[in-house]
Amino acid sequence: MHPAPSVIVFTTLSGLGFGLLFFLGLGVPDVSGWVAFVFFAIAFGLSVGGLMASTFHLSHPERALKAFTQWRSSWLSREGCCAVLALISMGLYAIGIIFLGQRWGFFGILGSILSLATVFTTSMIYTQLRTIPRWNMKLTPILFLSFSLAGGALLAGQTRIAMPLLLVAALVQILYWRQGDKAFADSGTDLGTATGLGDLGTVRAFEPPHTGTNYLLREFVHVVGRKHAEKLRLISFVLAFFLPIALLLIPFSHFFALLAVLSHLAGVATSRWLFFAQAEHVVGLYYGKR
Amino acid sequence: MTQLPESTDRKMGLVIDLDTCVGCHACVISCKGWNTENYGAPLSDQDAYGADPSGTFLNRVHSYEVQPAEGHAQLIHFPKSCLHCEDAPCVTVCPTGASYKRVEDGIVLVNESDCIGCGLCAWSCPYGAREMDATEGVMKKCTLCVDRIYNENLPEVDRVPSCVRTCPAGARHFGDLGDPTSDVSILVAERGGMDLMPELGTKPVNKYLPPRPKDQIEEQIDILAPLLAPIAEEPKSFLGWLDKTLEKL
Repeated sequence: MHPAPSVIVFTTLSGLGFGLLFFLGLGVPDVSGWVAFVFFAIAFGLSVGGLMASTFHLSHPERALKAFTQWRSSWLSREGCCAVLALISMGLYAIGIIFLGQRWGFFGILGSILSLATVFTTSMIYTQLRTIPRWNMKLTPILFLSFSLAGGALLAGQTRIAMPLLLVAALVQILYWRQGDKAFADSGTDLGTATGLGDLGTVRAFEPPHTGTNYLLREFVHVVGRKHAEKLRLISFVLAFFLPIALLLIPFSHFFALLAVLSHLAGVATSRWLFFAQAEHVVGLYYGKR
Repeated sequence: MTQLPESTDRKMGLVIDLDTCVGCHACVISCKGWNTENYGAPLSDQDAYGADPSGTFLNRVHSYEVQPAEGHAQLIHFPKSCLHCEDAPCVTVCPTGASYKRVEDGIVLVNESDCIGCGLCAWSCPYGAREMDATEGVMKKCTLCVDRIYNENLPEVDRVPSCVRTCPAGARHFGDLGDPTSDVSILVAERGGMDLMPELGTKPVNKYLPPRPKDQIEEQIDILAPLLAPIAEEPKSFLGWLDKTLEKL
């Protein structure tokens, strides 16, 4: 799959933002006034910024409001609805805490649940696609949720919670890579089933429909950078998990905490780049490519 | 609207005969010709006369080589367009309701004025049947020439999809695959029509007829064959002299 920057920025930032909102909604950390203002500003900045970035890959963003109508069938529509409801709920909660000195727990807990639901629905947009075996796995939503929770705890400054969550996310990441590498072969789809000619013999793509490229190849057959995948995985893993955990282990300072957050952010972004760049769409088979 | 109908009154679709298709690409051209100037946004080209041309097509013809365990390899031309699946994933993923499957005839269409160009429907399609038009920014797909098949301004013979009307080899057939007594259904039953990627559960309406088994040339050489076998393995007289002389050079 073509790793579009807008989608990588969106899933990375909004994942972290909604992760932070989840903890803020539960009152972790228990903040008020200006400190609360800063926390909520970061959380809303990340989640709303991510959502804004996602509209950049739309050809007709002026019609984006229509995307709230099909929540009965479409995960993308459900995600939009969940995100808006989560932001409204958390917005009311934030107003109460920051400006009125009131803790409206109902909105906080509702907002926390909706924040996680938003991350889950985002992940389901990818998980539902049977055309991309690497995404069509139960581990995909677990990956998105564990990243979001670990990043949220890190941003919330909760060292004790962040540490185990980072370890869990790191484990899920390793499992996801291991299972993902086998997913295409396990799906049973090959050029034989794609053409229906597999029973006759070995099928080979002889001639493509056009000498030039097309939308399908640009969008679904991305091979650039795959050869560096192993190195990028290592870089991603070190940045997202190893460095932040190491920085949390040494005595706390705000500088190291900031460094841990930035390192985690860069690592998750790299992981997301790989999530797209390594995903192979079955339509590539028709072109003799993966 | 992006919920799929429980069932459709008819299942209009194509039957493509892989035995007959000669790979001339006439269906590709006629499809583009008809659909660029009728239903919906035109099918644009980018850099059409330059070094890196590309464009939107609703129908493309691939060619595959099939090598059986024994015998000769076979070349099979393979036209591919929207299969108008009964369980079309491209419809249910659409967040705006732009993608829909018609109850009356099962045709999958895009309401272009509702399409936000997110591309998710193309992601969900295993067959590469949907292409985002680079100029209009909306998703384009085969309409089964919905503006031809019911068009009473056209002579009756033309009320079939443009690709079917054009095919010089008669490799494309159009009809109601939901009616077991229709010509296309009988054709599918007799020739063992098949689904593409059935394991993905899309239940395509369009069917492909596999190539018929080839004649075995080896078995056809019959009782007269020994009489045609070469008598002299080694050339003699003038040819023999020429052969030896040329060998020496």
